[in-house]
Amino acid sequence: MAKTVYLKTPIDSKDLTDLQIGDKVFITGTIYTARDAAHKRLVQLLDKGEKLPFDPQGQAIYYVGPAPTPPGKAIGSAGPTTSYRMDPYAPALMDAGIKAMIGKGERSKPVIESMIKNKAVYLAAIGGAAVVIAESIKKSEIIAYEDLGAEAIRKLEVENFPCIVANDINGNDIFVEGVKKYKR
Amino acid sequence: MREIHVSDIISSVKKLSIEANYYLGQDVIDRMISLKEKEESETGVEVMNILLKNYELAAKEKMPICQDTGIAVIFVELGQDVHLVGGDFTEAINEGVRQGYKEGYLRKSMVNDPIIERKNTTDNTPAIIYTEIVQGDKIKITIAPKGGGSENMSEVKMMKAADGIEGVMDFVVDRIRRSGGNPCPPIVVGVGLGGNFEQSALLAKKSLLREIGSPNPEPKWDQYEEELLKRINDLGIGPQGLGGRTTALAVHILTKPCHIASMPVAVNVQCHAARHKSIIL
Repeated sequence: MAKTVYLKTPIDSKDLTDLQIGDKVFITGTIYTARDAAHKRLVQLLDKGEKLPFDPQGQAIYYVGPAPTPPGKAIGSAGPTTSYRMDPYAPALMDAGIKAMIGKGERSKPVIESMIKNKAVYLAAIGGAAVVIAESIKKSEIIAYEDLGAEAIRKLEVENFPCIVANDINGNDIFVEGVKKYKR
Repeated sequence: MREIHVSDIISSVKKLSIEANYYLGQDVIDRMISLKEKEESETGVEVMNILLKNYELAAKEKMPICQDTGIAVIFVELGQDVHLVGGDFTEAINEGVRQGYKEGYLRKSMVNDPIIERKNTTDNTPAIIYTEIVQGDKIKITIAPKGGGSENMSEVKMMKAADGIEGVMDFVVDRIRRSGGNPCPPIVVGVGLGGNFEQSALLAKKSLLREIGSPNPEPKWDQYEEELLKRINDLGIGPQGLGGRTTALAVHILTKPCHIASMPVAVNVQCHAARHKSIIL
């Protein structure tokens, strides 16, 4: 039976022990955004042994390139982008301390193995629920790579950001288990 | 001969860009509601409820349904008795996109070069424009903003006549199976059959413009659309790929004659935010 969990960032591994695929998670606290181009730069920094633009310890990365912020709003529409494009970079970021990734669509085997090794999780946000998600984002600030436009790294303050556990720390995968259940 | 000033094209494209991204077609919403009633997965129902709420909120708040406001794909049916005055036709469309994406707070997702530079053009141009010359003295402009996530799951395959309709259907279903949750299901599946390599892809894209729930213009394809829809929904992928009975909202097939040696098949995958808006000038 799926349960509802309220998760605060920064995340401690023990906060993730009881999470199971299908659980509903509401995140409150600071999270960071990064898409393809930002991931490439972050991993280049790690390869060179340099510091990242934010402290990755216990952090959550949200794969999003939001729409421009309309007047009077904290952020524009901000739903997840497809996660597999970040697969080549995700293990290095988990090794650096990232505890949760938020995106849409399934992950590769090496990423799932890295989640088990690093006790990290992958949370599915609902693709195309961009306005609903934007309402849970209270503050947004670009902290790095402004030249990348929508792909810049943002620091977001979120309240009850809605997502679903897609991969837990034990290697379970909702994209495999869920499909099995409803396949005819 | 009827004169139309290109400034009318600019203002129309601008308006369509914004409206297509804020307001989802009622046909998509109605189909989502009816399939939600039949969805067996609790998570699936919840996802569909959130999506329906999102469409409502987007319209109310005047914000784009999805942050990926897409490549501006523009279809123009240009009446042969129209004389365009006041400027360049292609530039007018791009100017409409430029203004619409700026004033509507829509995301600019175009990069100048596909591989080496990948520098954002910062105004979502160039649009991709398909122009067809038709009879009459009117212009019909349709915009179909197309997001990257679902477009990336699309494919063209040059099949053999011997593969037959079964081979075609196996390919379509397998393409969707391999896409899983990536294209933001529930999806609309556009299938282009025939023509040649590039025409099949364009047919698949054009098929997505048809109203959901309307019959195929060629009745013989209705049964295959239904069969494909059933097979795709039997995959169990479900809303967002999390498991469920609603993987696709609809399957649309569009066909053209083809070469004796060929059987081109294209699958264009469309996310649930199946956006398109038209205007006739």
